[in-house]
Amino acid sequence: MELLYKIFVDPFVQMGGAPDLLVQTLWEGFVSGVLYSLIALGFVLIFKASGVFNFAQGIMVVFAALTLVGLYQKGVPAFVALGLTILVMLALAVAVERLVLKPLVNQPDIILFMATFGLTYLLIGLGQLLFGGEPKVMIAQELFLPKGSIDFPMLGGFVSLQKIDIAAAVIASAMVAGLAVFFQRTRIGRALRAVADSHKAALSVGISLEQIWVIVWFASGIVALTTGIMWGARSQVEFSLQIIALKALPVLILGGFTSIPGAIVGGIIIGVGEKLGEFYWGPLLGNGIESWLAYVIALVFLLFRPQGLFGEKIIERV
Amino acid sequence: MNARQLASAAADASLDTMPKLLLRNAAEHGLRPAMRHKDLGIWQTWTWAELRDTVRAFAVGLRKLGFERGHAVAVIGDNRPRLYATFAAVQSLGGVAVPVYQDSVADEMAYVLDHAEVTFAVVQNQEQVDKVISVSDRLPRLRTVVYEEERGLAAYDHSHLYSMAHVEELGRQELRENAGAAGWWLDEIARGKGSDVSVMLYTSGTTGRPKGVVLTHENIVVSAQNGNRFDAFTPDDTLLAYLPMAWVGDYIFSYGQATAGAMCVACPESPETILEDRREIAPTYFFAPPRVFENLLTQIMVRMEDAGRLKKRMFDYFLKVARRSGERILDGRPVGVKDRLLYALGDVLVYAPLRNRMGFSRIRVAYTAGEAIGPELFRFYRSLGINLKQLYGQTEASVYITLQPDGEVYADTVGKAGPDVEITIADTGEVLYRSPGVFREYYKNEQATRETKTPDGWVHTGDAGFFDQHGHLRIIDRAKDVGRLNDGALFAPKYLENKLKFYPEVREAVAFGQGRDYVTMFVNIDQTSVGSWAERNNVAYASYQELAAHPKVCEMVAKRLEAVNRSLAEEPQMAASQIRRFLILHKELDADDGEMTRTQKVRRSTVAERYAPLIAALYDGSTQVHAATEVTFEDGRKGVVEGDLRIVDVATYPVRAAEPLREAAE
Amino acid sequence: MKADVKPKPVVGGEVATGDVLLAVDNVSLSFGGVRAIRGVSFDIRKGEIRAIIGPNGAGKTSMLNVINGFYHPQEGTITYKGVRRRDMRPYIAASQGIARTFQNVALFKGMTTLDNIMTGRTLKMRRGLLAHALHYGPARWEETRHREAVEQIIDFLEIAHIRRTPVGRLPYGLQKRVELGRALAMEPELLLLDEPMAGMNLEEKQDMCRFILTTKDTFNTTIALIEHDMGVVMDLSDRVVVLDYGRKIADGTPAEVQGNQDVIDAYLGVAR
Repeated sequence: MELLYKIFVDPFVQMGGAPDLLVQTLWEGFVSGVLYSLIALGFVLIFKASGVFNFAQGIMVVFAALTLVGLYQKGVPAFVALGLTILVMLALAVAVERLVLKPLVNQPDIILFMATFGLTYLLIGLGQLLFGGEPKVMIAQELFLPKGSIDFPMLGGFVSLQKIDIAAAVIASAMVAGLAVFFQRTRIGRALRAVADSHKAALSVGISLEQIWVIVWFASGIVALTTGIMWGARSQVEFSLQIIALKALPVLILGGFTSIPGAIVGGIIIGVGEKLGEFYWGPLLGNGIESWLAYVIALVFLLFRPQGLFGEKIIERV
Repeated sequence: MNARQLASAAADASLDTMPKLLLRNAAEHGLRPAMRHKDLGIWQTWTWAELRDTVRAFAVGLRKLGFERGHAVAVIGDNRPRLYATFAAVQSLGGVAVPVYQDSVADEMAYVLDHAEVTFAVVQNQEQVDKVISVSDRLPRLRTVVYEEERGLAAYDHSHLYSMAHVEELGRQELRENAGAAGWWLDEIARGKGSDVSVMLYTSGTTGRPKGVVLTHENIVVSAQNGNRFDAFTPDDTLLAYLPMAWVGDYIFSYGQATAGAMCVACPESPETILEDRREIAPTYFFAPPRVFENLLTQIMVRMEDAGRLKKRMFDYFLKVARRSGERILDGRPVGVKDRLLYALGDVLVYAPLRNRMGFSRIRVAYTAGEAIGPELFRFYRSLGINLKQLYGQTEASVYITLQPDGEVYADTVGKAGPDVEITIADTGEVLYRSPGVFREYYKNEQATRETKTPDGWVHTGDAGFFDQHGHLRIIDRAKDVGRLNDGALFAPKYLENKLKFYPEVREAVAFGQGRDYVTMFVNIDQTSVGSWAERNNVAYASYQELAAHPKVCEMVAKRLEAVNRSLAEEPQMAASQIRRFLILHKELDADDGEMTRTQKVRRSTVAERYAPLIAALYDGSTQVHAATEVTFEDGRKGVVEGDLRIVDVATYPVRAAEPLREAAE
Repeated sequence: MKADVKPKPVVGGEVATGDVLLAVDNVSLSFGGVRAIRGVSFDIRKGEIRAIIGPNGAGKTSMLNVINGFYHPQEGTITYKGVRRRDMRPYIAASQGIARTFQNVALFKGMTTLDNIMTGRTLKMRRGLLAHALHYGPARWEETRHREAVEQIIDFLEIAHIRRTPVGRLPYGLQKRVELGRALAMEPELLLLDEPMAGMNLEEKQDMCRFILTTKDTFNTTIALIEHDMGVVMDLSDRVVVLDYGRKIADGTPAEVQGNQDVIDAYLGVAR
């Protein structure tokens, strides 16, 4: 009885008791949620257009951030470094398309998945080689990202919002919205969806598979770069950052592997859910909820709605 | 064309013809939308001024091609603004419009075009051009064919065939070069009088050859103005023109009333997109035969069966709420506060989305007519806040005989006499009427005219009816179909058929009993409704025929008939006409096979003839009969549909008094 | 098309009606041990409807796949618009005006009818990738122009009512029509149709015939079609080539082919 009380009543009492803390928790959950969405989006883009689950997405985040910081440390001015990093991601996309995708185009999906494993270790090695393995500091100030925090007095206490978090939320949201529009409305977006649907048909209307794959991996690379900058600014740029990418998996399961809105909604649900869980149910269930709650939620979804909230139900004509 | 000429034409005191009303609209509502058409995915609009200009150009062009006052012009196609403009153009030159059903086969078309003596045919597309050309050798008076859509016609011989664009250009050229042309056109319009013939509508009729109903401008204008006044239509109202242009209803609503009231008419992209287009336009006025409302309801119910549990429960609950209070709210009768709130909640969650789905978001008035409508169906729509009413009319009346006023809407009546309409009931029970909308004559058919119209202008409707306690007219059946069983009991086949057709599973029914000992029926099942039931109950079938022959389906229909019998048992005059036996037909009754009219009414004599062996089996005690019927496919080829039909006996009930406050059968 | 007039081959440039648009020369195709096509040669003349018929397994679909570049023959060449090639590539075929439909319908199942047909305009869109990505000014105008062309096709094929329906949900007959629409959107010079009427009822077949004939008449499109319904073949086509077990066994007008004993034997399964 006591246990039931602790699970179902106490946390809500606490929430009500200190509403400003609730808002703070919700905000932080939202911010990490938006960043999860961004990473998930990187996966969705590639998966949608080439059917490949890109295991290397996480390391791409790190690699992009490393390249940016590394170039800066070698003396390149901040925005030039940014521009160069973007070019590097483009080069990476072209290289991946030429050397990995094209040769393996008719192989089963599992082969391509394994190839992305290989890509991961390649990028780890390359990153360490070029820029060294110690943690680095993101050049947030040089990129004119704000610092410090704003305090809002509200609801009997106050809520503290980190400016960098606000910037992250705004930039990530803008990027997500832009990508969604891009996919749905433009000719390229249509071509991307076509390639994702049927290679044979796409070829016969003259869509160039190679071109599309380069675009998609490049877009994914930009997403990775943005994520790397945001996440790096909030903590540090180090190789362990790639673990964050694993968090994208529950987001994808929740939202559907091929859905952009799904990645958005799923990310926010996981982000907010985690933080709330950690803060209010954490003490009860032994702290560290943050690391496993997302996976439990994903498990539940796999049981009841495997295509996710927004994923496509496979329509079979009998 | 200067403003003064325009103004003087518009100020002409007696706006007694359709073209004069068009001129008035162009002068007073010039920039308002008159007609809309969805073409290539976008809605195109003509304002009244633009419409007048198009009509003028087309009229002048027609004149250049030899059109003369008094000529008849056939108009054939789906609802299109340019075809309505053709009505106006022809009438502006003192000609007569003869719209023809676009799905007529070439033979039917040849009869009408020949009988009406048309000299021009204005058609929509290649399909219609081909049909007209194929029978042109039987039409010596036909000299020119004009088409709207150019696709596929480029290679045709254009010596007597022109595109509308070309004719309009001829007209525009003339208007440019000849300074007096515009004034001449206005003069031609001024020459028109209310007593001139405006249109000839051929009624498909259930027996014999079609008759040409001659309607004057006065018939149309007065009826249209009365119709507009009855429901207070304003230029802000819009309607969707989707019913055949050859049918009097569409002529009055989409052309007559729309012009008289300066309302906006929208034409759908194609017959397949009607529902979607209606959703987009959200008309404020809508007319449809009961079948359309039935189908709509069936589709919704079928959809709801497949919906998630939560949605279904919400739907069922709020439908009950609507049943309780919906109609009363619509009629403005007192309703408790709690019920009102519940209804308002239901409106947000269920009714408004449903209305939107059906394209009825902005409906102010909806009418139905032509067949009896089931009380359940009626109540359903009204309880959702859709002001569905009944009217009763005929081509010979320019539609309006009776209408239901707001607030006095009952499922089993057709309303009170319309504005300026007089009604009497003859001793035989037949309904007669007289009104300013009464047709002048049947073209070239004095005998039929004499048989239908009395010398002092009363028209025999051919329907039997009576006035009930509300002062509303109730129609029992076709006067000649009301008969007697061998024991003298009243046999009103349509009355019985309608009771069965209220159930969604039944699409059509034909009752037999005249001169027989008891009543039997043919039943057509409704494929959508029964198909969906079959899916839910794991009944497999590969064709309509298989579904119709399934024993479980038979059982279901038998139950329905038992319910009908129970209800009949409560009406003393009807109790003896309970249905004793029935069979389910192996194919749907079809207009292409001559079994139904183009307006979906059963041709009893044709059915009785074609299926005589089946009827014999119903009365000689057989439990099974083999049926082989010849059918005509859409391309004219013939085939045979065969099957073994089961004949089933139905339980009948002794006469008894009605239980008070009985809920209608589900 | 008069079968006796020998058409002159054209090298490069415009091909006039009646001249050879595509020629297949001694093509052989094998998969592993299976010889799908053995030394087949025939030509297709501009403006004609050429039927390719034969019993199941004769190699007809493989032949189309060779023509538009999905398969590469081991021997033989394909000459299209005067240019002789060993291998055709799908991208070259598409950009040179060859469009095709597939036996089992290869549509983008998750996209609507409208989007599917719009993909057919891909090669017609000139504005660069970046402009389209940013969806501004000239790119948007171009999108509208192409949308109009697509709407004309939708109107022509009478599929306005399913414009926004995901094609995966459509019945087979309508899917085939949408696929035809997508091919037409490419404004092809040569249209390859693989069993366009398979699985259709009488009415649908008549509609399809009408669409095919109107396409040929209005746009002077050359059409090669694989078809099993003999009635359709006789009515529609100008010339017929008959394949059996990968070999060509007859080539001529429908009347000539119908009376050919080898053809009759092949369909009756007479051992050879």
